[in-house]
Amino acid sequence: MRNSRWLAVLSPVGFLLIWELASRSGVLDPRFFPPPSVILQTLAAMTRSGELPYHVVVSGRRIVLGFLLGAVPAVAVGLAMGLSRPVRSLLMPLVSAIYPIPKIAIYPLIIFYLGLGEASKVSIVALSIFFLVLLNTMAGVIGLERAYFNIARAYGARPLGIFTTIAFPGALPAIFTGLKLGMGFALIVIVGAELLGSDAGIGFLIWRSYQIFAVDAMFAGLLVTAVLGWLATAGLDWLEHRALPWRP
Amino acid sequence: MTLSPTLPQVQTRITVTGLTKVYPQPRAPLTALRDVTFAVREGEFCALIGPSGCGKTTLLHILAGLTTSTSGTVTLPERRPGQLPTAVVFQGISTLPWFTVQQNVEYGLRLMSVPRRARRERALQHIRQVGLLPFADAYPHQLSEGMRQRVSIARALATDPDILLMDEPFANLDEQNRLLLQDELLRIWQEHRKTVLFVTHSLDEAIRLADRVLVMSASPGHIKTEVVVPFDRPRDYRAIRQDPRYGTMSAYLWDVLREEVLRGRQV
Repeated sequence: MRNSRWLAVLSPVGFLLIWELASRSGVLDPRFFPPPSVILQTLAAMTRSGELPYHVVVSGRRIVLGFLLGAVPAVAVGLAMGLSRPVRSLLMPLVSAIYPIPKIAIYPLIIFYLGLGEASKVSIVALSIFFLVLLNTMAGVIGLERAYFNIARAYGARPLGIFTTIAFPGALPAIFTGLKLGMGFALIVIVGAELLGSDAGIGFLIWRSYQIFAVDAMFAGLLVTAVLGWLATAGLDWLEHRALPWRP
Repeated sequence: MTLSPTLPQVQTRITVTGLTKVYPQPRAPLTALRDVTFAVREGEFCALIGPSGCGKTTLLHILAGLTTSTSGTVTLPERRPGQLPTAVVFQGISTLPWFTVQQNVEYGLRLMSVPRRARRERALQHIRQVGLLPFADAYPHQLSEGMRQRVSIARALATDPDILLMDEPFANLDEQNRLLLQDELLRIWQEHRKTVLFVTHSLDEAIRLADRVLVMSASPGHIKTEVVVPFDRPRDYRAIRQDPRYGTMSAYLWDVLREEVLRGRQV
């Protein structure tokens, strides 16, 4: 157990060490592959200057707002589709048709409607997680034991009561699965959208660094994206743990 | 001169008359219940036994309002504020896993819109009664199957129902725990004397718990016969088992039931 934990540290540290040595000795061209120590220095400098925090906050805000805008209606519609066969029959063809479209392909259209401002960025994040959360929520409700609904109805639950005391808490584990999958997609989509048309955010930072040939800053942007993704996943895990104390 | 000669000595709580349930099926409609007629008096503990698949659970679900009947009538007490006409203890999954013991017991009261403080008090009282006070904040997965059924019983009693409907509540328990829970149910029932309809497939359980045993036929189910259990209360299980009447009753019920079980298997 202890040994395998050390092994887990060994591979990234070893990888960085080999990179550093290869870059410094000239095996790798340091103009294209700056050594990790230089990337870290750039990262520190960009943090001190306030440039990096600014772009992180911009991207982070877009993700959080997009998440709320996408997840809340997705849960509501997903619960309704899971509970009611007619609603499911009505909406499922539409969902199945739109779900597989890569959301970034819709981005030009969104810019066309909403302009280059924040609204288009938040919307693309919301859109990219909406269907994932919806489908997971619906599957979560459909998978619930009939016995739970019988208990609710035997004690006189009305539709709203079944919604709030059975369908929502019962589907919550599946909702979190949808949110976690959605987080990955949200990062892909927001960075992609910022690369395409934006004047702020991590994607913009990477794109501008490319244009001025600042390879170390490009790597810094990638590193920040990775850390942001890891933090978001850890945050959702924590929230899931808090929201689902009843799970064995 | 007579004063109201038709007034019954004891009130009837459940009256079922000519109840029939037909499930529409693509090929041929399936008759689950055919012309079921019986009554349960106030404060009576009534057991319902029958071969598996005879429609016992369907009958209980109709009484609980979970299913509608095709024809026939069911008469239950009027709904009064702060009380449910019927409360159900289910077989198998009978607790909601996302609620604590306390929240599970409060569940019926919450749906009845009992104010928070009042439902908390009522729930705690019934949690104490089933001996689960130290587990009030535990979740169902942390409890044994027997404890979960006690939670379910507490939830039913907390709603102060006129009628307690129990659908094979101890079927998933091992023999020893079943005996303990039967004892506990009888002890609690002695205090409330609720009207109980207890569905079971166990002859022993029916004789041990009930005042009267209704026997259902194989599908389509109807009431084939009924037997009054002669033992006094509170009952001592060991004394009952040694009583010669226990053997006679058990043998008689098995004779009736065996015929139906065999008939049910031929279908």
